[in-house]
Amino acid sequence: MKIGRRGFLSFVIGGAAGTALSPLPWKMMDDSSIWTQMWPWTPVPEDGEASYVNSVCTLCSGHCGITVRKIDNRAVKIEGMKGHPVNNGGMCLLGLSGLQLLYGPMRVKTPLKRTGKRGQGQWKKISWNDAVSEVVEKLRDIRSEGNPQTVGFISGSDRGTVSRLFDRFLTAYGSPNFMRMPSVRDSYELTQYLMQGVQALPGFDFENADFIVSFGSGIIDGWGSPVRMSRVHSAWQSADVKVIQIEPRLSNTAAKSDKWIPINPGTEAALAMGLAHVIVKESLYDAAFVKNYVEGFFDWKNRVIDKYNPDTVASITGIDRGTIVVLARGFANASKPLAVCGRGNGTTPVSLDECMAVNALNALVGNINKKGGVWAVSEPNYINWPEIEMDAKAAAGLQHERLDGAGSKTYPFTRYLLPRLPETIDSGEKFPLQALFVSGANPLYTHPDTRAVRNAFDKIPLVVSFSSYMDETAQNADLILPNHVYLERYEDVPTPAGMIQPVIGLSRPVVAPQFDTRHVGDVVIQMAKGLGGSVAKTFPWDSYDSCLKETLGDLWNFLMEEGFWSNTGAMPPFFGTSYETASGKFELINKDTGSIPQFKPVSIEGDEKDYPLLLIPYDSIRLACGFIGDPPFVMKTVEDSVLKGKDVFVELNPKTARNQGLREGQRVVLTTPKGKAEVKVHLFEGIMPGLVALPRGLGHTAWDEYLAGKGINFNALIGPVEDPDSGLDAAWGIRAKLEKA
Amino acid sequence: MKEGRTHKKFQKFGMVIDLDKCTGCGSCMVACMAENNVPFRKDESNKLLSITWMRVYKLTNGMPFPKIDVCYLPRPCMQCEGQHEGHSPCVSVCPAIATDYSMESGIVSQIYTRCFGCRYCMASCPYHARYFNWWDPIWPDGMEKYLSPNVSPRMRGVVEKCSFCFHRYQLAKDRAFMEGRPELQEDEYQTACTQACPAGAITFGDLNNPKHTVSKMAEPDPKHSGRPKNPNAFRLLERLGTNPKVYYLSSREWVRRAGDNYLKNEKKVKKPVHHG
Ligand code: SF4
Ligand code: SF4
Ligand code: SF4
Repeated sequence: MKIGRRGFLSFVIGGAAGTALSPLPWKMMDDSSIWTQMWPWTPVPEDGEASYVNSVCTLCSGHCGITVRKIDNRAVKIEGMKGHPVNNGGMCLLGLSGLQLLYGPMRVKTPLKRTGKRGQGQWKKISWNDAVSEVVEKLRDIRSEGNPQTVGFISGSDRGTVSRLFDRFLTAYGSPNFMRMPSVRDSYELTQYLMQGVQALPGFDFENADFIVSFGSGIIDGWGSPVRMSRVHSAWQSADVKVIQIEPRLSNTAAKSDKWIPINPGTEAALAMGLAHVIVKESLYDAAFVKNYVEGFFDWKNRVIDKYNPDTVASITGIDRGTIVVLARGFANASKPLAVCGRGNGTTPVSLDECMAVNALNALVGNINKKGGVWAVSEPNYINWPEIEMDAKAAAGLQHERLDGAGSKTYPFTRYLLPRLPETIDSGEKFPLQALFVSGANPLYTHPDTRAVRNAFDKIPLVVSFSSYMDETAQNADLILPNHVYLERYEDVPTPAGMIQPVIGLSRPVVAPQFDTRHVGDVVIQMAKGLGGSVAKTFPWDSYDSCLKETLGDLWNFLMEEGFWSNTGAMPPFFGTSYETASGKFELINKDTGSIPQFKPVSIEGDEKDYPLLLIPYDSIRLACGFIGDPPFVMKTVEDSVLKGKDVFVELNPKTARNQGLREGQRVVLTTPKGKAEVKVHLFEGIMPGLVALPRGLGHTAWDEYLAGKGINFNALIGPVEDPDSGLDAAWGIRAKLEKA
Repeated sequence: MKEGRTHKKFQKFGMVIDLDKCTGCGSCMVACMAENNVPFRKDESNKLLSITWMRVYKLTNGMPFPKIDVCYLPRPCMQCEGQHEGHSPCVSVCPAIATDYSMESGIVSQIYTRCFGCRYCMASCPYHARYFNWWDPIWPDGMEKYLSPNVSPRMRGVVEKCSFCFHRYQLAKDRAFMEGRPELQEDEYQTACTQACPAGAITFGDLNNPKHTVSKMAEPDPKHSGRPKNPNAFRLLERLGTNPKVYYLSSREWVRRAGDNYLKNEKKVKKPVHHG
């Protein structure tokens, strides 16, 4: 029971007035009977002073506000922050389990240096000084040999001061190889750049839209900022907003939508083009917007009319003609229609074709940068650091092309292409990458073709992980320099994925660091100082905290007080003038690159003869599949039709099962061109015949015994498929076969 | 101790869960585990052994592709009132008075220290809302730090279940008492699942208080053991007469139908009867 000072005083006074009124005595009796009879071997949680700390959850790019309840110096419960623009008190189950990550057995408790072979799990503790000097020495050697470009950094994000410090460090050091983890944001960024000429964040004004066409986006399955999307979804229910979900499997989003339209996987762009055909042909588009602000409409229109009539599209997508026409009319005639793409939880990109085609639909109905539409949101501009000091070595290093090919002649406008890295390393000269740093990311788990990624990592002489947890990447590193977990550190947290209003949150220490960990920002600053010269000069701060304070300026006090800053009245850039393209308009055809919304099939791996089935992944909010794995509480929510013991179930339409001679619960071997694994069959009417669906988020080999060794990692069975237009990984599945085990 | 001087009217705390809004995300399950020191084990895939005071069930309409539909249904303890006040299925069978019906709040309690593990209550609960501790809880080294002092961890051999976060009621009552207020505001006492649900699908409050949202949503009919008057509302296994305090809302008929055991050839879901 919490009695604050004031409460206590009034209690005493109230006590004098009449304890007889008190409900307390009986309650105390009830309590004491419970407390005193406690069995000695079950823990009795100590009571103490209760307090609350406001912070931000950074376990995904949702960036929810949190209020953490403490008893003395223990954090006992994470709750959603009331009044926060993202989540207003609600929380996802991963965020709610955050304390199991803080106090959990998967934490790396001190800097570790590998002693056995890579991945063998043999470590020795070393001091922070030794760890940092070891890294600095190696970096100094690489640089003095004139190869600074062979140092790379993989980061979960490229926004906020921490990621910017990584990038800054590499630039000052002389390497262009800063890489961000892939997501559908890659596709959107490129699309907005090519069609609107801007580098911005894609924002979706779902709150004000009234007709949603989702090309497989898992609106309530973790896409965008998950809690915000849940809230939006509930608002849609009350406001009778139409939601049309297009995907081959009945996801939760599909089940909750007004209409689920199953589609042949990988043909979403064709459907978007088919819808465009109907809209153009029947003149249902926003004529004023198209006339005044859209460039290239007539050329594109002819192609659309020519190539994508509903019959053609019906045969590609498997959706009948009537449905296509009705959908197109419904979309175009709605007052605030919005089309969105990015399969599942949005952590994989889509082909440029698909994203451009969907963006073209939005342009046709004139909802670019408008209420209820898709916005190009600019990042709040608060990071203004002194210019980077660059010596000759840095300048020379930066002349080199990026190892992932982003920004190269082939892919000039794509910013990051991490999935291409393993191949480059594998096929390149001896050591294209001599040192790799990884922070806020777990590429050895989340990257397609895990085996190839591991082989590539084996060719990198020094791998340094900043992970707070013993994840797959940390387990295969040479050095682990554990960061504080998000509940132990300061960090600025920029606008959540997909939001239209700019938000800056402040993640702050809820409890003191539990172990001998160090803020990764501090480690980078120390590395820079250790290297000396221009690199050190680029980092004029004593510590990360002072850097953050200085960067935020007046905002610091505001954030310390309020927990977040947000521009609730944010307006979109004016739809008429917000294009920085050559024509100053929204360009359906980019003349420089020839990019145009269209459909070209993305051909996936494997041939039909050997692999008669198609394997696709599915995402569930109950299975975290990013750099964080499921904590024990979240594992408890995984249904027994998904995981039973150590066996994961693949979903199969009963028809497919019949054809293959398989039944419910049967153990089978699932083989793809990339690998094979034993799984069990679960019959599900909600999946198209001919497909096999496997959840992402299982099959961890590291982490803790509550998660590791259960099920199969989807990424072990699939490889990336390079989109020829963007270089992004556009794989939506892989061919597969099932055999009785 | 005489009750009722500060709480003259009996309260009947209950829940309305909007299944149109529920996304099946499982936040309510985890919020409950975190709030109530619920233990966990290395393998939680045997759902008969997995302790989840709040459990989200997946229902399907049983139709073939592509007509199949799925709906999620969160199931806390229904806090059954029975046909006479306090005649809950579980309470009436407990030989140890380890589970009791509170007239003041309508909450069915579970007093772990009295429970000797006969599990009669588990057998009698038609909603599988009760769980048995077959093992002592074990938290990995260091993790016991997050345990809340407001809820006592349970030991091997006792039954546990959803308490409507009863400790929150006590805390709210204490606070109100200290501030000299005889009555709780609607938002002062909310369960952990209600608070966490990102979709706002759960509403909690006093079903006896016509001003509380729950009563407005479910429109319980006191003449008919609280049967809902709202045609979209239903209770699980209504026909058993357990008189639960958890109501569900759904606009889909097959979901409402799934809430009770209907015979195959029974065509229509009976609409709530309105007598005068
Ligand atoms: S949605 Fe993301 S940011 Fe929000 S609570 Fe969950 S993990 Fe944390
Ligand atoms: S938290 Fe809410 S939306 Fe999620 S499963 Fe529970 S009731 Fe449904
Ligand atoms: S749901 Fe089960 S445990 Fe809860 S009151 Fe009813 S019978 Fe008892």
